[in-house]
Amino acid sequence: MLKINNLQAKIGEKEILKGINLEVKAGEVHAIMGPNGSGKSTLASVLAGREDYEVTGGSVDFFGKDLLDLAPEERAAEGIFLAFQYPVEIPGVSTTNFLKTAVNEIRKYRGEEPLDAVQFLKMFKQKMSYVNIDQSLLNRALNEGFSGGEKKRNEIFQMAVLEPKLAILDETDSGLDIDALRIVAEGVNKLKSPDNATIVVTHYQRLLDYIVPDYVHVLYKGRIVKSGTKELALELEERGYDWIKAEVDAAEVSA
Amino acid sequence: MNSNTDLKAQLIADFKDAEGKMNGEAKSPIHLVRQQALQTFDQLGFPTIKHEEWKYSNVKNLVSQSFAFNAPSDFSAADVEQMAIPNLDGNILYFINGVYNESLSTIVSPTDEVVILPLAEAIKSHADVIEKYFNQYADSADNAFTAVNTAFAKNGVFIYVPEKKVVEQPIILRFIADARETNVAAQPRNLIIAGKRAEVKVAEAFRSFGENVSFTNAVTEVYVAEEANVHYYKVQNETDQSYNIGTTAVYQEGRSVFTANTVTANGGFVRNNLNIKIDGEYAEANMFGLYIPNGKQHVDNHTAVDHAKPNSNSNELYKGILKDKSTGVFNGKIYVRQDAQKTNAFQSCKNVLISNDATMNTKPQLEIWADDVKCSHGTTTGQLNDDALFYMQARGISKDSARALLMLAFAQEVIDKMEIPAIKEYLEGLIVEKIYQA
Repeated sequence: MLKINNLQAKIGEKEILKGINLEVKAGEVHAIMGPNGSGKSTLASVLAGREDYEVTGGSVDFFGKDLLDLAPEERAAEGIFLAFQYPVEIPGVSTTNFLKTAVNEIRKYRGEEPLDAVQFLKMFKQKMSYVNIDQSLLNRALNEGFSGGEKKRNEIFQMAVLEPKLAILDETDSGLDIDALRIVAEGVNKLKSPDNATIVVTHYQRLLDYIVPDYVHVLYKGRIVKSGTKELALELEERGYDWIKAEVDAAEVSA
Repeated sequence: MNSNTDLKAQLIADFKDAEGKMNGEAKSPIHLVRQQALQTFDQLGFPTIKHEEWKYSNVKNLVSQSFAFNAPSDFSAADVEQMAIPNLDGNILYFINGVYNESLSTIVSPTDEVVILPLAEAIKSHADVIEKYFNQYADSADNAFTAVNTAFAKNGVFIYVPEKKVVEQPIILRFIADARETNVAAQPRNLIIAGKRAEVKVAEAFRSFGENVSFTNAVTEVYVAEEANVHYYKVQNETDQSYNIGTTAVYQEGRSVFTANTVTANGGFVRNNLNIKIDGEYAEANMFGLYIPNGKQHVDNHTAVDHAKPNSNSNELYKGILKDKSTGVFNGKIYVRQDAQKTNAFQSCKNVLISNDATMNTKPQLEIWADDVKCSHGTTTGQLNDDALFYMQARGISKDSARALLMLAFAQEVIDKMEIPAIKEYLEGLIVEKIYQA
């Protein structure tokens, strides 16, 4: 589904991604871990199409299409979903109105008929149960005054509604207590299918207790420096990132 | 000839001419007021940008042109159809090029609930009331436009709500400038009196059409007695060739409530003065405004609220969305007199510039002589939030739709203050249309 080949990106003059290679297949869960500032969130943002980052090299293929050629909304319509680390508060726009607009614009992109109010009502009701989100929250302005947990639940609710092929969860665990974390993770797990895939970007192992990855990659200094299975995450939990940093830095010196 | 004098000279000549044709009225008290106002106008002349209050609003191009005042128009019932505000019920009065058109107008409220008359008629039939309230609140001393409006005061409406009367149906004043044939001008003069505990909703809706220039110089005076509640709307939807300059002067007694909603959907050059004097305790003044200029449109809102007595509140919220090369001005004055302890006065003006060529000038002006008051003011001028735009795009919403949604959300806060549903829907429609315009 997704093939990232030697992806490089910078913000301003600062190079952040220095050649990322990653392949994600349908049905897989990949975790991307790494110390602060390693480029994890940048990778998530670049895949979603944030304009602040300039892609300086490499390619990203998504179901045979050049992802980097598409506007953010086109990527969303093709099936990419980014769950934001910091969901944006948008006063004056209710979550339901926002999502109706999103769903119908995506349907239009795909050449499908728009949904009507009754169809929306039915769909929202069903998806709300995934993350135990309340109707009153959805009637309020998008994320405005939401708690950290409500914001993240709202992200997963949006994901449930939009049914992406590839979901990228950017530090979804940050700022969540253990109960909220469990609700969010359960929501993600319910949405898993053999046809979709998930990239979990996280600093800590604890989210991976709930969303179990098939592969774990360690990002450091803009590159994937180690890949393994979920045992790698446990090792990182135990030993921290210093041993990986030491390995990479030693290799750089000898090179 | 100085370009400033063209329109001025025309107006002074017109005045003398009309005066010559008068019979007894030339000696009536109201005409003495007019004469005095003409003198003031003559002395002041039209303002230039050297005048502090007109620094960003240059009327040079306006005052160098000539206009047909109160020009005849063949505006018909069919045209009314076209310009009607959908689903609007109530008293609807049409003024075409300044002149009241009785046959197009509908007055539904019973006369014991409210007296609605053309001003010229009221001058005759309600002379004592006119004498008591007319020209008491609009100050000509430093405003040439108010002065010249007063000098020509004749067209417009007189609304009188007796004590304890609640006017069920709104009163809508449609000021239509028909500039199909020639440059046209009108100077409506309105007087609204709400007696003790009376309640009324009045809307002034300005509309122009045709290729020529139109100029409307409206002055409205509002007297709000003790415990009365007045909702006042000013709605502007005029062509790019239109000049709309006007003053609304309000006087509030104790425990009264006055709410103004000033919405400019379109207009070439707009200047709205809203002056409120709160001369009683426990009164409340609300001022809400919204303007969405595009192209080269210019919208200037000057507001002033004068707290003269203790324990009253004023709330002000103006919002602007400026596109293309449009310009906006907001000047908000708050005076809190020494007697006006325990005043709460809040002012906020927020603007979004959609284009790099749009300009907004804001100036809050607070003068506070009392020491136990709560006052706050804030003005912001920014752009649409990029993070919000990206967030919406990342959910599949196109950039244009995302921008429009954000603009509409921004405007909604003011639109939601509207209490006449048909006017609210009408404005929502105009605003959505304008926001989605490229």
